[in-house]
Amino acid sequence: MRITVNVNGEDHTREVEPRHLLVRFLRDDLDLTGTHWGCDTSNCGTCVVLMDGEPVKSCTVLAVMAAGHEIRTVEGLAGTAGGDQLDPVQQGFIEEHGLQCGFCTPGMMLTGRALLDRNPDPSEQEIREAISGQLCRCTGYLNIVRSIQWAAKKQAESAAAATAAPTAAPAATLAGGQS
Amino acid sequence: MQVPASFDYQRAQSVDEALELLRRHGEEARVVAGGHSLLPMMKLRLAGPELLVDINELHELDYIEVVGDELRVGALTRHRALLESELVGRHFPIVHDAEKVIADPPVRNRGTIGGSLCQADPSEDLSAVCGALHARTVIRGAAGERIVPMADFHRGPYETAVGVGEMLVEVRIPVRPGAGSAYEKVERKAGDWAVAAAGVALTLREGRIADAGVGLAAVGAGALELPAVQDLLDGREPSEALYEEAGRLASEHCSPVTDSRGSAEYKRHLAGELTRRALRRAVARAGAAVEREA
Repeated sequence: MRITVNVNGEDHTREVEPRHLLVRFLRDDLDLTGTHWGCDTSNCGTCVVLMDGEPVKSCTVLAVMAAGHEIRTVEGLAGTAGGDQLDPVQQGFIEEHGLQCGFCTPGMMLTGRALLDRNPDPSEQEIREAISGQLCRCTGYLNIVRSIQWAAKKQAESAAAATAAPTAAPAATLAGGQS
Repeated sequence: MQVPASFDYQRAQSVDEALELLRRHGEEARVVAGGHSLLPMMKLRLAGPELLVDINELHELDYIEVVGDELRVGALTRHRALLESELVGRHFPIVHDAEKVIADPPVRNRGTIGGSLCQADPSEDLSAVCGALHARTVIRGAAGERIVPMADFHRGPYETAVGVGEMLVEVRIPVRPGAGSAYEKVERKAGDWAVAAAGVALTLREGRIADAGVGLAAVGAGALELPAVQDLLDGREPSEALYEEAGRLASEHCSPVTDSRGSAEYKRHLAGELTRRALRRAVARAGAAVEREA
């Protein structure tokens, strides 16, 4: 079947078998290997991507089911604030040491992004619930929670700064990790 | 890498189109919505449909609304929508109890109530919930709609009352005054299938239990409603002695098997204990509803 999937803002058209999984489409057909492939049984959550803004496990979504929908992968996180700027969630994972081996990190960051898009000021409990479908085999959950908290705080500060000084360049308000 | 065997795929643009595809392809066609039960089964070759009919675009089957004295839930309603619905939580706290412990957020973003019920897995939570709530299912085919009580919806493990060329389109749950309900589940780890679980729904009328429903999950087929326990409860005043007796009956009226999640004996014990706990909470919630509605 010929399908067109919008990935990170760009339409990609490919010929695929109906049984082709979204995770393979992203990794093998589009070379977007930031999406990791783990248990293949929708348990581990390392393959999480955003489908129309919400986290889904891409090992249990057919590529043909994603046709006509918007997919966002870890490759689409940076740069949305302009230039090649990291997303505040990515910066948070650097600041708070949110990764060790890094295998779960792309999915964790996308879930963090989706959470903050819906709820800019989540409680610790809400963050824990949001990532509860994803395993960190290094058991680094505390730092993952702190990373997402860092991003929430950074975004709130940036928003406040933008309100206080509406002429400030948006790129400057998100620069670096100097909170 | 696990990949399903080859199949054809059609994305239905209307319920009528989906029904026509299902009729034309008969036993070899399966509906796919969230796909989080069906696709893993296809990867393991436990299911091998020749055609998948994708109903994810049928937004007319995605709704939660009160019509008269019933809550009507479209078959394509996602777990997440049920969990986030204030209307559902107000009338049926049992649904929120269950949804909080069904899989995890990304899975709940995809899975649907229709898929959960049609999977007909005796360990699945919403089926026991709908059994306890005395829900009715609406099945549509070329000849129109028919209504099947939840007690008759499952015909055995992985088999339902939905025939060839038919689809489950809606679930109806009675809304009653003075209602309370609760779901209690024991799982090995967060988001797992139940070791055992119990759902209870009832109303309080002048201090006595009415409309009692008790449904169990993961303790064998045929436990989505337990008439023996329901008959015991109806007309009685709530008491610890009554809960004790109800739990004992529930543990007798199920057929758990020993597996990796626990021994049959342990699951039977859980069936009784979780029924008692769910009863206590359901009665407390019904009492609060009576006060709130007074």
